[in-house]
Amino acid sequence: MEFIYDISGTLLSTCRDVLPIIILITVFQLLVLRQPFPQLHRLIIGVVYVIIGLALFLAGLEKALFPLGKIMASQLSDPVFVYGTTEIITQVDWTAYGWVYLFAAMIGFATTIAEPSLIAVAFKAGEVSAGTISQWGLRITVALGVAFGISLGTFRIITGTPLFIYILAGYLIVIIQTIFAPKSIIALAYDSGGVTTSTVTVPLVATLGLGLAATVPGRNPALDGFGLIAFASLFPIITVMGYAQFMQWSIHRKTKSKEKNNAL
Amino acid sequence: MIIFIILKKIRSAFTDLLPIILVISFFQIVVLKQPLPQMGEVLFGALLVVVGLSLFIQGLEMGLFPIGEAMAHALARKGSVFWLLLFAFALGFSTTVAEPALIAVAAEAAEIAGQGGLIESTPASLKEYAFGLRMSVAFSVGLAILIGVMRIIRGWPVHYLIIGGYVVVMLMTIIAPKEIIGIAYDAGGVTTSTITVPLVAALGVGLASTIRGRSPLVDGFGLIAFASLLPMIFVMGYGLIVFK
Repeated sequence: MEFIYDISGTLLSTCRDVLPIIILITVFQLLVLRQPFPQLHRLIIGVVYVIIGLALFLAGLEKALFPLGKIMASQLSDPVFVYGTTEIITQVDWTAYGWVYLFAAMIGFATTIAEPSLIAVAFKAGEVSAGTISQWGLRITVALGVAFGISLGTFRIITGTPLFIYILAGYLIVIIQTIFAPKSIIALAYDSGGVTTSTVTVPLVATLGLGLAATVPGRNPALDGFGLIAFASLFPIITVMGYAQFMQWSIHRKTKSKEKNNAL
Repeated sequence: MIIFIILKKIRSAFTDLLPIILVISFFQIVVLKQPLPQMGEVLFGALLVVVGLSLFIQGLEMGLFPIGEAMAHALARKGSVFWLLLFAFALGFSTTVAEPALIAVAAEAAEIAGQGGLIESTPASLKEYAFGLRMSVAFSVGLAILIGVMRIIRGWPVHYLIIGGYVVVMLMTIIAPKEIIGIAYDAGGVTTSTITVPLVAALGVGLASTIRGRSPLVDGFGLIAFASLLPMIFVMGYGLIVFK
């Protein structure tokens, strides 16, 4: 009973999300373009699928995965688990947090693979590039970037180093890569930064960040708890461009060695 | 035949979800050495997630992608830059202003600013601060999609705009009050919701494939990148004005 209540709540808030888009599209279609909708029937079914699908997806996450993930994040960052004693810790030892780094990386990777926005963009990219960019290739590359980014982000919270140094260094790498990366991948790489952090990743990652900032001695949740999401959107840009650069380089090398063989 | 298609969708949704299940079980059983609590509820939730994800993706292919592209084609054929830009701005603004994640983040940011003594800690001033934050983020997302569409029409290279944006972010980080920086950086991530992204992607790709001389791959993407970059600048700017 309570559960049906939960689902209808999620369904309602999903409808509220979709409502402005439906109004906007209807107004433009009828008043500006003055055309009937093409394939209206199919369109309505599609939108209904999207709303119900997203509501079930969110309700399921809320029911099954978020509570577990959140409990885990707080248990793993608990000083009793980390240091193995109940004494009050005053000195932070960043090497003691091995499991936290591993958890951050793995949960970052896993949630990114399940992120619906990324699935949508990977689908479009695969379609537009006529298959040269594989959906799974893109998703795994982005997920690896998120894994590394969130892991580094937890390291930052534990050591208490300022956020902007990491972000500025990351930007610098992105700028340098942009100069050398193949032009066709650049826009897609920038986009993959923005899509990684929505429905699935944000709730789990934010709990991990705020939990760490609350339990690590000397950290302030207001100052140190934020910023993990920024890491998660920066590093996929680097890995996607890096992957494209690597592919370009290996193709280049292959053709070169072929030329050599031909010359012989 | 239809059952076969449905099964295929569900199988691929299950594959998408498998990593999360593996990670959580591994940490629960091997590292924390605890049994999974409420096994039945967890399994039922996971089932909902799989069914939900399959439906969502089916709906994308049937509804959101086609309408996004059809709108892009129709507006491009109409040849009116004004309506196209207005549509772009309205799409960004309207989907962001009511975004639950943004409302939550803005309220939290107001709380923190109130505790830090940066603004008066009265409910009215907290509310005003949160509202201002939401408006500046929503306006910046609208503007971002508008600039992105402008870029597709004109064919400007995406990297000049993005790198220019990064430079502004870096400069503003130096002068902005440090309490707003973490929130500003995160604001970029929360703006692009699961329903906005497919529509915006379809709009960009649709426009780039309609306008002559544009390539869908090179020019069609990049809108989401603008939508995550501009809010950072606007939130830091908002912090500069409000905190003084």
